[in-house]
Amino acid sequence: MNLMGLFRSPQNELEKGGKEAEDAGIRSACPRCGVQLPLSDLQENMNVCTACGYHFRVGPRERIAYLTDEGSFYELDGDLLSRDLLDFPAYDQKLRNAKLASREKDAVVTGAAHILGHPCALFVMDPNFMMGSMGTVVGEKITRLFEFATGTGAPVVGFTVSGGARMQEGIHSLMQMAKTSAAVRRHGEAGLFYLTVLTDPTTGGVTASFAMDGDVIMAEPGATIGFAGARVIEQTIRKKLPQGFQTAEFLLDHGFVDLIVPRAQQRETIGRLLQLHDPGSIGMAEEEMGGGLE
Amino acid sequence: MSAYDKVILARSKGRPTGAAYIENVFDGFLELHGDRRFADDPAIVGGLALLGNLPVTVVAIEKGTDTKERLRRNFGMPNPEGYRKALRLMKQAEKFQRPVVCFVDTSGAYCGLGAEERGQGQAIAENLMELSTLRTPVISILIGEGGSGGALALALADQVWILENAVYSVISPEGCASILWKDPKRVKDAAECLKLTAQDMEAMGVVERVIPEENFDSAYAQIKELLAEVLPGLIATPTDELLEARYQRFRKF
Ligand SMILES: [Zn+2]
Repeated sequence: MNLMGLFRSPQNELEKGGKEAEDAGIRSACPRCGVQLPLSDLQENMNVCTACGYHFRVGPRERIAYLTDEGSFYELDGDLLSRDLLDFPAYDQKLRNAKLASREKDAVVTGAAHILGHPCALFVMDPNFMMGSMGTVVGEKITRLFEFATGTGAPVVGFTVSGGARMQEGIHSLMQMAKTSAAVRRHGEAGLFYLTVLTDPTTGGVTASFAMDGDVIMAEPGATIGFAGARVIEQTIRKKLPQGFQTAEFLLDHGFVDLIVPRAQQRETIGRLLQLHDPGSIGMAEEEMGGGLE
Repeated sequence: MSAYDKVILARSKGRPTGAAYIENVFDGFLELHGDRRFADDPAIVGGLALLGNLPVTVVAIEKGTDTKERLRRNFGMPNPEGYRKALRLMKQAEKFQRPVVCFVDTSGAYCGLGAEERGQGQAIAENLMELSTLRTPVISILIGEGGSGGALALALADQVWILENAVYSVISPEGCASILWKDPKRVKDAAECLKLTAQDMEAMGVVERVIPEENFDSAYAQIKELLAEVLPGLIATPTDELLEARYQRFRKF
């Protein structure tokens, strides 16, 4: 093994990481209102701007901490690694960079968890890993999670964030859309509940597969959600897009999401939805009402 | 022939479009229109036909053959209502236990304002989910361009075949070159790297068959013969077995 090779690239990446950390700094500027936010305030406020409510992008570990009951998250398939299936130029290097930037092995974290006491299978995609692009590892982990949930009778809660397909995996990336959709379908046919939470940005092949398959589709305020990227649409129609196009609010108006829930309220809303879909609570209600529901 | 030459060939104007396959492979095609929700999308043609004596549901993406027709058909780039029409006809095929045959030829689902407003992503997602358990045999044939999710929405099938000079890709070589390398001129490299030719598809197990293109009359005849050979076996397969095989077909990727 070439140890020098191992040393060189992490060094470059550490420099990069250092610069990013500096950018985040003690204060962080809100991309929407420009207010300088003390990092501690931002962290305390779940990375939502205290001045304007802008929802910063966050990684899966933060979301899992915001969402799940302490110590309840049990990660699944955490060791799957993407391979350079097509011998695609520079893909290996991109994967290495993404691992360093995100401190994850690929663009989704999956596992079992409790949310306000309700068990569920959970997946959370990662904007810091190649902008959540879907390759075979993303598709495989999500498929396995749905198969696990189908087998154990668990609901699935999924947070999506994705720029679209993992181009470097070519047709294998496209096939993930089919694979995940089929697994979602089997979970649904077993009568199990699937909740998606669309976060900024959710686009391309993820939108056109499991993101839009939820029984209930929730979105984070202001999130960009769509199939085609805004630039591609502008090039196609040769016009500027109207203000607010492809936002969570736009999708709500057009009937494609059920509800928009700010980050601070997501845990509570998700807990309620899980409770409402818990076959156990229906059984209990029946008992309390003396079989009056039959 | 380079990968990019194949892309050019797959897009070339002289190439037969969906309608030509319908006409030459089946008898008595009866076109059915509309998604019952919003509109009839001319980019997707669907209806009923006979394969010999066997009634089938046929769905084809149609690019059009002259300028006027190409404009009307939006160059074969479907809107959500096209995918919803396709799904409606497929669900009908399921009800009446007819097999479904799809012809796929698109640079991709349309990237327009209205398409987004009407849920392009949702329409494709729904087709994928529904097709994965459609309780009747489905065969999809890629005849020209297989452009990403917009093509896959009609190609989650029991068998997928591809014409010798057709291509199938997660992104166009142009899109790949400009996004990845910020250099649209590297389109040939992109075509090569993406491994998008019919031969690549066969090698990677994405398709079951490559249909030779000595001339298109022989291609039509071969498709007709192959359908007559393969469909009875799929029809005779118990539905749960058929769906399990379809699941595993895509599960392997
Ligand atoms: Zn702000």
